[in-house]
Amino acid sequence: MNEPLLAVRELGKAFREYRSEWQRFAGWFGFRVSTKSESWVLRDISFSVAPRESIGIVGQNGAGKSTLLKLITGTLKGTTGTVAVNGRIAAILELGMGFSPDLSGRENVYHSAGLMGFSRQAIDDVISEIEAFAEIGGYFDEPARMYSTGMQMRVAFSVATAFRPEILIVDEALSVGDAYFQHKCFKRIREFREQGTSLLIVSHDANAVQSLCDRAILLDSGRLLKDGDPATVMDLYNALIAERENSKITIEQHAVGREQTVSGTGEATVESVSLLNGQGQPIELADVGQSVTLRVTVLACGDIPRLVLGYMIKDRLGQAVYGTNTHYTKQVLVDVKEGTRVQFDVAFDMNIGPGSYSISTALVSTETHLVNNYEWRDLALVFNVSNLSKITFVGQAWVPPAIEVFRL
Amino acid sequence: MKEILAAIWGYRHFIVSSIRNDLRSRFARSKLGALWMVLQPLAQVAIYALVLSRIMAAKLPGIDNRYAYVIYLMAGMIAWSLFAEVVTRSLTMFVDSGNLMKKMAFPRVCLPIIIGGSSLVNNLLLLATAVGVFLLIGHPPTLAMLWLPLLIGINLAFGLGLGLILGVLNVFVRDVAQVMTVVLQLLFWLTPVVYMPTIIPDRLRAILEFNPMMHMVVAFQNVLLYGRAPGMNGLIVLSVASTVLLLFALFLFRRAAPEMVDVL
Repeated sequence: MNEPLLAVRELGKAFREYRSEWQRFAGWFGFRVSTKSESWVLRDISFSVAPRESIGIVGQNGAGKSTLLKLITGTLKGTTGTVAVNGRIAAILELGMGFSPDLSGRENVYHSAGLMGFSRQAIDDVISEIEAFAEIGGYFDEPARMYSTGMQMRVAFSVATAFRPEILIVDEALSVGDAYFQHKCFKRIREFREQGTSLLIVSHDANAVQSLCDRAILLDSGRLLKDGDPATVMDLYNALIAERENSKITIEQHAVGREQTVSGTGEATVESVSLLNGQGQPIELADVGQSVTLRVTVLACGDIPRLVLGYMIKDRLGQAVYGTNTHYTKQVLVDVKEGTRVQFDVAFDMNIGPGSYSISTALVSTETHLVNNYEWRDLALVFNVSNLSKITFVGQAWVPPAIEVFRL
Repeated sequence: MKEILAAIWGYRHFIVSSIRNDLRSRFARSKLGALWMVLQPLAQVAIYALVLSRIMAAKLPGIDNRYAYVIYLMAGMIAWSLFAEVVTRSLTMFVDSGNLMKKMAFPRVCLPIIIGGSSLVNNLLLLATAVGVFLLIGHPPTLAMLWLPLLIGINLAFGLGLGLILGVLNVFVRDVAQVMTVVLQLLFWLTPVVYMPTIIPDRLRAILEFNPMMHMVVAFQNVLLYGRAPGMNGLIVLSVASTVLLLFALFLFRRAAPEMVDVL
């Protein structure tokens, strides 16, 4: 089965305004009318989703994420291009739509499943599962107006996911009540994924995108900026949200095959990054628990009133392992003159599990890169950690145990 | 056309449950519940009867029941209430369901069907009550009532056609709904529901002929009050008008559907 599950071709959406609504009406009858203004919220979007593939959709507010999802689910019609879907789409974006406060939970389940196109008989088969999953007890047969928001969400989520769809659209930031139910929901989403459902996840959270998606799509101002592996796309996204006027973003192909993203206004730049062992020699492989020093040299290309270095160790998938900055350590440099070189030596013990890691650096003025981002550099350094001297263990952290065993 | 029918069939469960919910939620938590569905139009009939029966009673020829005017009023009201309910609710259906349409993908054509269905149930209940009242006041049903299913069907189609057109336009120009509330009131008084066409001067009566609802109401009065078949001319005019309106409405709806959500 080579046919994509979802194929979006040159999709564009424009909201049109007419000089008068009469012109709009005339347009329906085949008259040629000129529009007063067209605002394109999406343009030339093309991508496809293979069966079992999961995709993250990221982008700033107003980038066109919701419009894209509405075009995919079919609530909006595209102005140009096509959306071809081979299978059923379910969306957990707007839970509880069409719920009537005077109906009981059970009746609302039948009603909203009907809204999704299911027959009574089909719902009869799963109603007990829905009731069990929602876990709201006797309230299931009480009118929905007596429900708390959380209970309504529980019922709504249970209906929306009662049948496994081919494509599931999830807003990761969606709140489905308490933490317990949230976990239960994501467990179900993962199960769907294992059974072959493709996920379309809208999220701002790098970890969620990287742990759930095979690919990510970055939208910016209605255009598809990047379609690629989640780690690269999230790096670019981070660079993008720090983008200021006259800042530039470059993407360089890195030696290991992943792309390095450098962004920022350029008042300061990282000249070199190296990882040194106890003897001060550069290394690429570190032992678990080894004492190392991360040496970062920075050149000020302009006068900088306040300079903070931040660094982050990321794992192979781009998820943060550890990161901090000199603002938190109260070592902010003030009034750095143009041309000054600064060396930062960050000494730490490599208390992380075996694997491949990368280091991102940030030269900023405060604790976040959102105020003044002089330079943000992803994949500034790539290194490996191996377990050469410690007991065998799995996981991302080295948490040395002292185990005592008593035979009683 | 085929797609529309397929969409309706596919969503039949949703349509049925929406109609049921619509009827239930309208009267949920009221003590008399569904009784209100017939009590309200009956109360209106009672008011008109109380106010106007003295003036109007004498003008009904050929009927020797002393409640003739009440029967006349009810027959007209049954026809008018279905039409008015369908048109009024269709006018704002897309605007009212804007949120739902923006967020869920379902065949939009379900909305007018739901309104038609729920109004029809309402109307049938009113009709059943009316027949009950007729029995009480000594006016047994006649064979002419077999015309009723056809008449109600045409009435529904006419109301839906007009309502759908206006409902679509109202999405883009919200003034339509405001104007129509006034127009509907005017139309009510241009339709012989509470008065007889005979009291209108001939010159003006020619104008009334152009009101399709006049033919509708007269057909109902013929069947329910006089126990005779509706006039063929009126029936043909109505059927043609309903068909044309409904086809035009569907055409307009199909053209407008992709743009509707954009402006909701």
